[in-house]
Amino acid sequence: MSTIIENKKATSLTDNGLFPSNEVMLDLKNLKKVYPTPKGDYVVLEDLNLQIRKEEFVTIIGHSGCGKTTMLSMIAGLNPISGGNISVLGKHIKGPGPDRGVIFQSPSLMPWMTTLQNVMLGVNQVFPHATKAQRNDIAKYYLQKVGLEDAFNKRASELSQGMQQRVGIARAFAIKPKVLLLDEPFGMLDSLTRGELQDILIEIWNKEKITAVMITHDVDEAIFLADRVVMMTSGPKAKIGDILNIDFERPRTRKAVLEHEDYYKYRKHLIDFLEH
Amino acid sequence: MKQSITLGKVTKFIGLGFLSTIKDLFTGKLEKQDFINFLRKIVVPLASILLFIGLWHMGAKTLYNIEADFKIEKALTDQGPAAADALRTCIASGESSCQPNTLPSPSQVWDSYKSLLRDHNIIAADKAAFIEKTAALNETRIADGLDAITYTGRPSFVDQIFRSLKTVFAGFLLALFIAVPLGIFIGLSPTLKSAFNWFIQIFKPVSPVVWYLLVFMIVKTLLIDSNEDSSFTISFISVGLCSMWATLVNTAMGVSSVDKDYINVAKVLKLGNFQKIFKVVLPSSLPLIFTGLKITLSVAWMVLIAIELLAQSPGLGLFVWEEFQNGANDSNAKIIVAMFVIGIIGFLLDRLMLTIQNWVSFDKTDAI
Repeated sequence: MSTIIENKKATSLTDNGLFPSNEVMLDLKNLKKVYPTPKGDYVVLEDLNLQIRKEEFVTIIGHSGCGKTTMLSMIAGLNPISGGNISVLGKHIKGPGPDRGVIFQSPSLMPWMTTLQNVMLGVNQVFPHATKAQRNDIAKYYLQKVGLEDAFNKRASELSQGMQQRVGIARAFAIKPKVLLLDEPFGMLDSLTRGELQDILIEIWNKEKITAVMITHDVDEAIFLADRVVMMTSGPKAKIGDILNIDFERPRTRKAVLEHEDYYKYRKHLIDFLEH
Repeated sequence: MKQSITLGKVTKFIGLGFLSTIKDLFTGKLEKQDFINFLRKIVVPLASILLFIGLWHMGAKTLYNIEADFKIEKALTDQGPAAADALRTCIASGESSCQPNTLPSPSQVWDSYKSLLRDHNIIAADKAAFIEKTAALNETRIADGLDAITYTGRPSFVDQIFRSLKTVFAGFLLALFIAVPLGIFIGLSPTLKSAFNWFIQIFKPVSPVVWYLLVFMIVKTLLIDSNEDSSFTISFISVGLCSMWATLVNTAMGVSSVDKDYINVAKVLKLGNFQKIFKVVLPSSLPLIFTGLKITLSVAWMVLIAIELLAQSPGLGLFVWEEFQNGANDSNAKIIVAMFVIGIIGFLLDRLMLTIQNWVSFDKTDAI
C-alpha cells in the first residue's frame, strides 16, 4: 500500500523523512480539525503532516467528504485551525491573505463587474504602488493568457461557466501568490472544457511555477497536472494515506502522458488506493 | 458586437413591453404567432377595460335608481304626492340640485375630469396674470427688503397632484437616507441587528395615522416658534417613517446574505472594510435594496393620501377629503377622478423604480 515509487525527487528527503527546510514552501504539521456537534466532537482531520516544496504542483485525491476541502480552506486561512499549524516559508499563517491565492470550485466572480474589473480587484490590492497603467497591464496579460483577450469588458454574468473559471485562473495568477490553492476548480465543467482549462492552467503554471495544491476527484487530472499525488484516507480523522510521485518530464503534453508506459501504473496505484 | 437600441428593447426595459406589439401592428411586422400575442396583450386587456366600464355603468345606474326611488318615496310620505311628482320631474330633467348622491357613472367621471382640467386652465391663467401684474411691484419690494407677494389663490387639481408628488418624493428621500445606511449597518453587524430587531418588529406594523400623530406631537413642539405652516413637514416625515421599513428590512437582509463565495474572495484578497462594503457587499445587495425601495415608494404613495388628509397638507388626499366634505353634486365624480389619478401615478412610479432597478442591477433576470 505504501509503496512510494522511487524517483530523483524522493531521494532529496533528509534522514527523518522530511524535506530540507529551505526547499519547503508549505508545511502542515500535526494539523487537526474538529467540528463540535451536539453528540460530541467530530474530528475531520487528525495528525495530518504534509510538506510541499517550492515550485511543486501537488494534487490531492480522496473520497468525497474526507476533509480535502476542509484542509484546503484551512491553508487558505478561511477555516480556523483546531490543532497543529500551517506555515508558508516557515511563517505560521494567520487568517487569509493574498500570498495564498485561491481558485474556488465555483468561479466566484463578482457578476456586476467586467472580467477586467474582477482581475483588477485583486491586482489593485496586491500592487498598490504600481501605476494604474501597470496594474491594467498585469490584469490584461493574465486575461490574455487564459484566452479572454476579447472579453475584457464583458460582464462576468454574461460568460459561460468555463469562461468564468478562466477569469478565476487569471485572477489567482495575477496577484502573484506564493501558493496557489485550487479547490476542484474544474469539477463543474464538462469534460471537453475541463481538458481545455487543464491545458491553460498547466501552460501558465509552467511559466510561473507557483507552488500549487489542487484538490480533484479525477484520477487522470491528478496525474496529468501533478509532481506528486497525495492520497487522503477517508474520514473521520483523515490523514495522508499515501503519496505518489509522478515522474513525467515537464512541459507535458496530454498525448505524451497518455502514451507513457508508466501512466497506467500510476493510474492503477491511485485507483487501488481509492477502492480500498 | 455592437448592440443597437431598438424601441422594443427600450419598452421592454422599462416594463412596458406590450407597447412594442402595438408598434409592430402599425409597421406590418406581425406574423401568425404574433397575432396570438396581439390578441392576448392588446385585445384582451381592452375587452376587460370595456367590460369593467360596462359593469360600472350598470352598477352606478342601479344605485342611482335605488337612491332616486328612496328620495321620491320619502318626499311622498313627508310632503305628499305633489312634492313627490315635482321631485320626480326634477330628477328626470337632470337638474343638478335634486340629483341622487351616489356612485357616479363613468360618463359623469369623465365630465368631472374635463371640468377639473378646465378649472386648472382658468387658475393657471389667473396665476400667470397675477405674476405678471405683481412682477414690477415685487422687484421694488425685494429691493426694499420686503417679502415678495405670492399668489395665494385656490390650487387647481393639477397643482394638488404636484404637491402630492413633492410630498411623496420628500418622504421617499427621507426613507432612503434613513433606511439604506441603517440597513447596511444592521446587516453588517449581528450586534446592531439584535439591538434594532425589537424596534423594527414593533414599529413596522404601526398604522400611518398613528405615525402622523407621533410626528405631529414632535414637530409641533420643535417648530413652536415658527409661524410657517408645518403641515408639509409633518406629512412628508410621516410618509417617510411609514414607508421606510421595507427598505430597512430588505437592505439589512441583502447585506447580511451576501454570497459566501464573494466574501471569501474579499477575505483572500484582504480587501479593507471600505473596499469590501463598496465593491462587494453593496453591489451584491443592490437588487434586494431596490426591491425594498420599490415597496417603499408604493407604500409612501399609498399612505400619502391618508396623511395629507389628516395633516391638512395640500395635495390629492386633502382634495379627496374636501370634495367629500363639500358634498356638491359632482363631488363624488371628482373623488373617483382622484382615485384613478392616484392609481395611475402609483403605477407609473412603480415602473420608474423598475426601470432604475433594471439599470443598476447586475442580474437582469432578478427584477420582478
